[in-house]
Amino acid sequence: MKSLKELRELRETLQKEISARNSAGKPKIIIGMGTCGIAAGAREILHTVLEEIERRKLDVVVTQTGCIGMCEKEPLLDVQLPGKERITYGNLKKDDVKRIIVEHVINGNIVTDLAIARFEEGRD
Amino acid sequence: MIVYPEGVFYCHVEADDVAEIVEEHLLKGRIVERLLFKEPLTEETIPSYQDIDFYKKQHRIVLSNCGRINPESIQEYIAAGGYEAAGKALTEMTPEEVIAEVKNAGLRGRGGAGFPTGLKWELTRKTESDKKYLVCNADEGDPGAFMDRSLLEGDPHRIIEGMIIAAYAIGADEGYIYIRAEYPLAIERLELAIEQAQNLGLLGKDILGSGFDFDLHIKKGAGAFVCGEETALMASIEGKRGMPRPKPPFPSVSGLWGKPTNINNVETFANVPYIINYGAEAFNSIGTEKSKGTKVFALTGKINNTGLVEVPMGITLREIIYDIGGGMNQGKKFKAVQTGGPSGGCIPAELLDLKIDYESLQEVGAMMGSGGMVVMDDSTCMVDVARFFLSFTQSESCGKCTPCREGTKRMLEILNRICSGEGREGDLELLEELANHIKETSLCQLGGSAPNPVLSTLLYFRDEYEAHIKDKRCPANVCEGMGAVYVIDENKCVGCGMCARVCPIEAISGKPKEPYRINEDLCISCGACAAKCPVGAISQG
Repeated sequence: MKSLKELRELRETLQKEISARNSAGKPKIIIGMGTCGIAAGAREILHTVLEEIERRKLDVVVTQTGCIGMCEKEPLLDVQLPGKERITYGNLKKDDVKRIIVEHVINGNIVTDLAIARFEEGRD
Repeated sequence: MIVYPEGVFYCHVEADDVAEIVEEHLLKGRIVERLLFKEPLTEETIPSYQDIDFYKKQHRIVLSNCGRINPESIQEYIAAGGYEAAGKALTEMTPEEVIAEVKNAGLRGRGGAGFPTGLKWELTRKTESDKKYLVCNADEGDPGAFMDRSLLEGDPHRIIEGMIIAAYAIGADEGYIYIRAEYPLAIERLELAIEQAQNLGLLGKDILGSGFDFDLHIKKGAGAFVCGEETALMASIEGKRGMPRPKPPFPSVSGLWGKPTNINNVETFANVPYIINYGAEAFNSIGTEKSKGTKVFALTGKINNTGLVEVPMGITLREIIYDIGGGMNQGKKFKAVQTGGPSGGCIPAELLDLKIDYESLQEVGAMMGSGGMVVMDDSTCMVDVARFFLSFTQSESCGKCTPCREGTKRMLEILNRICSGEGREGDLELLEELANHIKETSLCQLGGSAPNPVLSTLLYFRDEYEAHIKDKRCPANVCEGMGAVYVIDENKCVGCGMCARVCPIEAISGKPKEPYRINEDLCISCGACAAKCPVGAISQG
């Protein structure tokens, strides 16, 4: 990039891409992979997610994020379905991941007993 | 009807729907949303992040991206508004304007001491030189502190952006991030972030067509606590042994390889993009008169919600511990909170309503420090805590100055003596005398602040020290091997045997309904029996 203008154009393009993906793209699973999350078992959660996706032949994006602060509730995993709000699940074990994938990612029902919070659009 | 391998659950399926399911789902792989079973609930039953207690009183500026974006994607950072501030500073502002903005914002060093950041930049700006350096101090070493690590792991581009702006302001073309090798994930993500920024032309020559050059290196430290001190840190980057040197000359005049150098902490840099984007007033409207903006704290210890929080300056300790932290673990009683790590102090319950800023913490004998906050309950022995922190600084002392090298050693010996029941009259006065000498005569802040945990516990918990020395008793039952063992009053004992059952080392024997006895040679003075006795027959003899 050679100017601030180019940076701003890139940002606009990226924002459009991201919002298009969020409203009509694939379901997204986001795993908290800070040191705190990894220490609490995030790698095992990630492996379980990948296994389940493979086994069920799902078309899902798996990505990562850093520490959101609730170290007490790690490992954390977020699910974002197209056009829906991003939901955070916490204190997860391997079996919980399977439930979340079947009930939420595939069938669209939030697993209320494991959900901690949701990202409300437009609020910081 | 369930369709595998996904496990899609369709309900109320009628004969006419089957064709659609076959056509859409089985052939095209698209789920027929219309027929999915829907729980009768909406997203609204899950609380929004802003409505849960842990986040309600937080004010997230530096942590605003942490836990939201993918730290390994520069695209996500840019989409969230990243590098706008760097672009604005480099192409639309002069270095002097950047410095003025940071000065007006009232940003102070988040590494602990609280020196005004804008002023520091100005001093380095004004020194004439053909070469200047910018350094990021990521040598986070306080026990219980992990703010910088989380920030570097969760949003590395924010620190890089803050450094680009600072480098432009002071006129540096080269920068170092000094980070401990024991943070491998943070280093990995920083390396990737630097590479991504270089590839997009945000680091390197002629950034965004501004004519300004800046590039960054990572220097891994071996984890010596003293290397958090700026002159020791620079010596370590130069490949020398990490030891502090006298100031002046200050780094702004003669720093890395003798060139003017500006050093700031990770969190300080992370605040800079916000100030440039939203202006000094948006920033200085948060906080107290002398401490503006927010502070990140690592909340640990005997508290329900341990974690990383960012709060406005001026919030009270009570709000952090009870509203955000969810109160004490297992309903135990709050005893003290330790802030500022080995350089800080222990703050007692009477001061829970203290509004936190740089000055108020210093006034009560603690300090802001880098942001570690260790909460303690009544099962914590304050003498033991002071001993823990002092043993840390004692072993981390670089050995250059006699007061710090020898003095902390002598203080630790006295504390060890007190904790093993061999404290003497006059020990507390001797501790205070040594502490004050070490504070006054040490070259750097490691020695200058090492006695703080001892002095603050002596100030607020002197009775605990006295109980150890005079009564040979540890009120929190932590220190083992205190002189006084427990004895059972035979006249009061009802022979219930409760004491024998709770004794961890089976030092109590007896027959039901007859007086029990404690073997004095075995008793470790833990006090478990006395706490359990229903008739109060057990006491320290």
